[in-house]
Formats: sequence, C-alpha cells, structure tokens
Amino acid sequence: MTENTCELFDCGHRACGGCGAALAARLVTKAAGKDSIFVSSTGCMEVFSTPYPETAWKVPWIHSLFENAAAIASGVEASLKKQGRKEKVVIMAGDGATFDIGMICISGAFERGHDFTYVCYDNEAYMNTGIQRSGATPYDASTTTSPAGKCSFGNKRQKKDMPAILAAHGAPYVATTSIAYPADLLQKVEKAIATPGPSYVQVHAPCCTGWGFEGEQTIAIAKLAIETGLWVNYEMIEGKVTKVKKVVRKPVEEYLKTQKRFRHLFKPKRQDAEIAAIQAIADKNAEKFGIDIKLPPKKE
Amino acid sequence: MMEITEGSHAVAEAVRLCRPQVISAYPITPQTHIVEALAEFVANCQLDAEYITVENELSALSACVGASAAGSRTYSATTSQGLMLMAEVCFNAAGMRLPIVMSIANRAMGAPLSIWNDQQDSISLRDSGWLQFYAEDNQEATDLHVLAYKVAEDHSIQLPAFVCFDGFILSHTYEPVDMLTQEDVDKYLPKFNPLERLDAADPISFGMYATPDYYLEFRYEMDQAQKRAKAVIAKAGKEFGAMFGRDYSALIEGYRLEDADTAIIAMGSICGTIKDSIDEMRAEGKKVGLLKIRVFRPFPGEEIAKMLSHVKRVAVLDKNISLGAKGATVMEIRNALYGSSIPVKGYVLGLGGRDVRKRDLKEIVALCEKGPGDQFYGLRKELI
Repeated sequence: MTENTCELFDCGHRACGGCGAALAARLVTKAAGKDSIFVSSTGCMEVFSTPYPETAWKVPWIHSLFENAAAIASGVEASLKKQGRKEKVVIMAGDGATFDIGMICISGAFERGHDFTYVCYDNEAYMNTGIQRSGATPYDASTTTSPAGKCSFGNKRQKKDMPAILAAHGAPYVATTSIAYPADLLQKVEKAIATPGPSYVQVHAPCCTGWGFEGEQTIAIAKLAIETGLWVNYEMIEGKVTKVKKVVRKPVEEYLKTQKRFRHLFKPKRQDAEIAAIQAIADKNAEKFGIDIKLPPKKE
Repeated sequence: MMEITEGSHAVAEAVRLCRPQVISAYPITPQTHIVEALAEFVANCQLDAEYITVENELSALSACVGASAAGSRTYSATTSQGLMLMAEVCFNAAGMRLPIVMSIANRAMGAPLSIWNDQQDSISLRDSGWLQFYAEDNQEATDLHVLAYKVAEDHSIQLPAFVCFDGFILSHTYEPVDMLTQEDVDKYLPKFNPLERLDAADPISFGMYATPDYYLEFRYEMDQAQKRAKAVIAKAGKEFGAMFGRDYSALIEGYRLEDADTAIIAMGSICGTIKDSIDEMRAEGKKVGLLKIRVFRPFPGEEIAKMLSHVKRVAVLDKNISLGAKGATVMEIRNALYGSSIPVKGYVLGLGGRDVRKRDLKEIVALCEKGPGDQFYGLRKELI
C-alpha cells in the first residue's frame, strides 16, 4: 500500500475523511523532506497516525506528552548538534498543545533559540478529547465547554495571537498559512526550515467533526476563512509583516453559516449583533494587515 | 586519588567522566551545585556537552527524552518539587525505555515547604519504572553514577535511573572521596550505543499510543527489565569492584548482621550513623546489625529475606511515609518476609530534615525489642 508512493505522511492513518490536520501533515512532511525528524504533541494527529504497531510517519517521529513537544525538540536538536548530524527538527502540534498547555515549553525553547520549526495545526479547539474550547477557539464558536445556550453565544473570547507572541520572542521567521493554499503552505514551511533558529508556522486546518460540516467541504471552508478576513495568511520576518494574502472580502456570514459551531447565530433566530461583532473582528484584521483588494468601480 | 570535596562536586566530576553529550539544567536547592559545577566544566572545555538551560524541570527531563531518543547520553539533576514537576515525564521516559541518568539530592515535599532532607521525593516515583540507587556517602554517590549509566544503557535493560543521595547531608558535605580517572571510566563505560534512535536513515516512531490489545505487554516488558537489572547490577557492580576497588555487586549490604538478633533496615546517609551506633551497642553487648538497601528498584526482596533469616526482629527506618498506610520500605519488607514469623516494626523518622542521632537509634532498638509496632519516631508531643 505504501511502497509506491513518495509521501512521508502516508495513507493508512485513521483520521476522519476530510481531516484538515491530516492534509497539513502530508504537506508539512513533503516540505520538510526525508532528512527531518518530527516531534508531535498528544492530540488527534498523534492518535490517528500512530496506533501501535502501525505508523503513518515515514520520517523519524517522536511523541512524548501533551505539553512538552518544544522541550523534546530542544533535546533532539541539541543531540543532533552534538553528534554533528544535519537532520532538520520539525514539531507538529495542535492548537491546544500550542496556545495553552505547551506555552511554557514553547516560550523557553524559542528564547533559547534552538534551530527547529514549530508547526501548529490549528483546528481551533481540543478535538481529540471531544471539541472543548482552547485559546485558539474563535469568538462565538460553540464547543463542548463553551456551548451556546439560552444565555450564551458560545466562546466569549477571541483567538490568542500566538504569532505575535512568538515574534516577540525574537523568532526570525513566523508565518500563518492554510491547508486551502498548499503552494503557500509548502513554501512557508520550506522557508521556516531554511531559516536558522526557531521558526513558527500556524496552519489553519478545519476539522469537519469539530466544526460541523461535511468532509468534502474542508478546503472550501478553509478558503472562506481567508476570503472573509477571519484568517489572514501572512509572514513576519524579524518581527515585521512582509507578505500578506490579499482578497476581495466576503461578508463573514458566508463563512459562519457553513458550520454547526456557529449555527446558533442563525437559528432559531438571526443574531445580528453577534454577526456584526464577528464582522468587526474581520474588519480589524483587514485593516491591521491590509488584506483588502480595492476593485475599480464597475462601468455602467 | 583521594580528595576532600563537596558531595555535589564529587557527583559532578563523576558525571563529567561519564561524558554525557546533552545535559539539561534547572536550579533547585539542594541540587544546584551539581549543575553549576557541570556548567563550569563546559565553560572551561573540560566537558564537551550541549548544556541546555531549560525553563523548568518538566522541560529539563523532556529535553533529556528528546536527546536520548536522538542517540545521546543525557544527564539531569533535581529534587523534591522539581522531581514532582517531572513526574509525568518520568513515567514517559521509562515507557520509552530511554536510559537517562538523573541525580536526586533527596529533599522533603511541601507543604509545608521544606528544603531539608528526607526521601519522600524519589520514593513517590517508585512505580515510574526508573531504577533507584541510594548512596550512603559521597563515595557511593560518586561511584553509583558510573554504575547507573552502565546498567541503564545495558541493552537488556534500557531503563532510566535515579541516583539518590541525601540533600545537604551528602550534597553539601565535604568528605574524602576517591576520585575516578577518565582513563578508568572510559575503560569501564563504553560509548552510548542505543539499540534504536531517531535517525532519518532508518525512520522509526517513538512514543506511539497503545490500545488495550497492546498496553499490558509493554508494562510486563518493563517489569521484566527491572527484574533482569538485578543480575546486570551484580555483574556491573563486580566489574566496578575489579576496576576501582569498590564492589557494588550486591543490591543490599549487611553490617555486623551475621549474628545479630535485631536488624535495622535503612537507606541513604543514615546508614553511616547507624553503623556508629551499632558499634557502640555491640560494645554494650547488644547484638544489633544493619541491612543497608542500596537499590530500591528493582527491589531486592528475596535477597533481603535470605539475609534476615536468622534475626529475631527487624526495625525498618523510613524517611518517607505513604500517608494513610506505612513507610514505603516497611511495606516492602513485610512483603519480602511474608510467611516468616520474624516481627517487623516500622519507624517513620527524619522527615523534613529532623536529625536522627545515635541515641535515637539506640532508643529505636529498645522500642523494637519490647515496644509497640509501627510508629512515627521523634515526634514533639507538645506540637500535636
């Protein structure tokens, strides 16, 4: 089954059909190449890719705990350095492992300046444990620990700005990307790996099970996140934003209505004030990163 | 060569001679002098190692896990609160069969906060899969590090090891220590050559998840490795004796135990005080002996039972307490002596650095001869 392919994250894993994280793993390993060592945190990806005695990884791979991938990678990198080995160290961890429980290890590892690339596959909640909110969950998303109800519209906070936090650590290369733009993802991961020191790439990776949509919609929904300005693809080199994906923006509603996690904003009745608040988040992103393409006025 | 040196420095020197390739360090009293000394070695090119100054103990051990899996000999040191912060990684490192060696400068657990010695910290991780060595003095603390690497890295074992030595009582005390030489340690301890490692040329997965169809066997294999470690320690300890003149082939040691009526069982630096008090008691005609436990995991239960077969009573000293039950050692001893009629009495003492003096040991022997059973010894009644 696997012999004739050249994928380093191979078929035979147990992710849901349409899993954004699995696609991210395939693309990130492709960008990293075979001379790399992967470090994972506990989470969906670890579970669906390595049920003993099977593994989907055709690169060396290590998982230790939920919170310590950056510290494990620090040790791997130091060990390779001491041995004079040249493999690249790449972390693949989910948003819970990155935004929340792994923050101390990440901060320490970035401050020490180890040469690795940290890729966060961001599906905006704890999916492995059953869709609980994380620091990456967007405003108003309904999760099992931020459920929408009679007196709640779901998650009360906006996403934590992890790229800015890591740029503030002095990370030379920080980028955001999306599984909907594979060329962009490949190019950014390659660039991150080629940059000496600790780099960070945050990949938007929709989760059909957790967000509530059909698996064949994954790419379309990831694209809508970009097209509405709720997710922005950009690069930060030495802390300065250098490259931004520009779009002709669509109203956020077009993104929100595709997913069950935002269904309470439309049913039983439309929540105009909440939708407007989310539109304001997109508008703010657009202004901050300058993503809007100004179209010339239509001719009569 | 004999040198009067601080325990922590003697340990650091032994670790240096073992040529660890990756060291991770985080300060905590009373362990800090070790990692400070190692930092100086690295800064002065006396040790060619990657020295990672991590942000907490969880990362200290995690960095060792990553480095060991990638094929390097690794070292860290901690104690007490730091060890508890590592607890999750301890189980993980053992499960991944990574032969990390870590010094534990034994210290009490808070609350209340105490920086002083007992053995609650390492004892609390007795079920984590790590080998546990306990040193009586700074010579043993030095030697056991070299032995620990040899045993942990043996391909039939592949388990991490704690080398425990009492905080302050040993770590900060100057004693004469016969310092090892690089030439001898190089002859004794081969280069780290793990069976498996993270390697792009031969990719494998470390730390996968196991369903109920597989998990039980992993634990069985670890337990088997612990049990095999007894013979590996015996062999490595004997070789150590041949090379350095101090034989560590036995997991336990007797002192004037051959004809003793009362056996005291203990671990760590307290054994020195016990030996002195035994000499005094012997002079008074009391037939008292010591059984010192040098290796707590694997637990030498059968060996202990054999060595105690002739005694009339046993006093077990625990510098730890499994609250709501007993001291960890006394429970092990009762298990080892199951079916025997020898009375075993347990004494919890010395917690949080409370001194145990020769006269206390004499009193304990008297209590054991006729007093009641298990108890805390040395309580200040006015505080209760």
